[in-house]
Amino acid sequence: MMRLKPGSRHRVTIEVNGKLRSGTAEPRTLLTDFLRHELKLYGTHVGCEHGVCGACTVMVDGRAVRSCMQFAVECDGAAVSTVEGLAHGGTLNALQRAFNRHHALQCGFCTAGILMSATHFLAGNPNPSEHEVKDMLSGHICRCTGYYPIVAAIVDAARELRDGDPLHKEPT
Amino acid sequence: MKPVAFEYCCPDTLAEALALLEEFGVEASVLAGGMSLGAMLNMRLVRPAAVLDIKRVRGLDTVSINGEVRTGATLRQAAALGDPVLMQAVPLLARALPHVGHFQTRNRGTLGGSVAHADPSSEIPLALVTLGGSVELQSMRGTRRVAAREFFLDVLTTARAPDELLAALIWPRQRQAAGCAFAEIAQRHGDFAIVACAAEAVLTNEGSLAHLGFGLGGVESRPIVIDTTPFLGNRADARLAAEISAAAARQANPTSDFKATAEYRRALIDALGAQVLVEAFENAGKTLT
Repeated sequence: MMRLKPGSRHRVTIEVNGKLRSGTAEPRTLLTDFLRHELKLYGTHVGCEHGVCGACTVMVDGRAVRSCMQFAVECDGAAVSTVEGLAHGGTLNALQRAFNRHHALQCGFCTAGILMSATHFLAGNPNPSEHEVKDMLSGHICRCTGYYPIVAAIVDAARELRDGDPLHKEPT
Repeated sequence: MKPVAFEYCCPDTLAEALALLEEFGVEASVLAGGMSLGAMLNMRLVRPAAVLDIKRVRGLDTVSINGEVRTGATLRQAAALGDPVLMQAVPLLARALPHVGHFQTRNRGTLGGSVAHADPSSEIPLALVTLGGSVELQSMRGTRRVAAREFFLDVLTTARAPDELLAALIWPRQRQAAGCAFAEIAQRHGDFAIVACAAEAVLTNEGSLAHLGFGLGGVESRPIVIDTTPFLGNRADARLAAEISAAAARQANPTSDFKATAEYRRALIDALGAQVLVEAFENAGKTLT
């Protein structure tokens, strides 16, 4: 059984966007802070820190989850996908391009989390209704763009993905 | 904010988990999905000496369906929703789960964690209380079952002793010819319910009410059930639904807070309750034909 003393630092290794990365974390270090401060992946944002705003959403082992409500030590050995893994070779994927086309981001603070939720969501539901997209988006708070272009972008991305987008690959 | 420094313990077996609870007692916080505890830790509303992560305890996330349905403490909400056999055996839970948080939190949040956390507006505790289910508590002293209606004591307060682990939830199987319904009003989908109503009704072949579990969440400091025995034997129709919800609105003692006044909650119990009861009656009626 693993027991980690308070304040002690431990090596945590996770597979981030397909590459093994490691750093150290206290038991109380949140996954968000580990990604940002240890691995220098600043794409994942920290918002409310109580699971409501969705800004910190990443995928852990293929599922969209809040990275502010789990600890880095819990994730040792897990596969984590962050917004940095969406584009391939500097080319935006279909979902990102749809956000661009529909002007679905303004300040961009909420965007990283929404993209990760939408990635998981579309993988399980390739032909979502607008209502289903809105239901999924209820787990995110956007305070400046407005939700309509975000909904439109996700619906449009789903259509493009169904039609076959050679640039899109599911993050591993 | 960030959590206080704590010892992180990750037991692999139930015996190890129970030994840790014996060791730390009230100084321990049990972590399953962390969708409630994580927020409490971040806001420093809890400052435990140790966090006991039970996710790796073998066998704690299993479902067994026999005469009753047993869901292990670490069964994720998303996994429960994705289990058609479980959802068919406990249809009220199937109707309640989509209201629990969001897609992103259900991916990690557990059934047991929600019950152990005991937020008065939570849907899973409400479903358990409405159906007359119970919780299984284990400690080094042994195992006991507590009826859900006796388990929830107050806001975030339960009958669990500090050395006990909530190991499983016990759900009665859907009764023959029963119909369920669930609805809630929240400021936005997935937010804490201002009022949540859950019902399980059984009708006789003649269409009169043979059994009714009618529960309310978000109203008092714990989920409550309404005494429906005075209404049994009557014809299950919209008029009876309105009578029962009006009685529930009178019986309940709603809280006032920044989201809603007690009067507003009472009005919601009356209106939403009647809708939920009519739907439960209709669903029960469908099983008769």
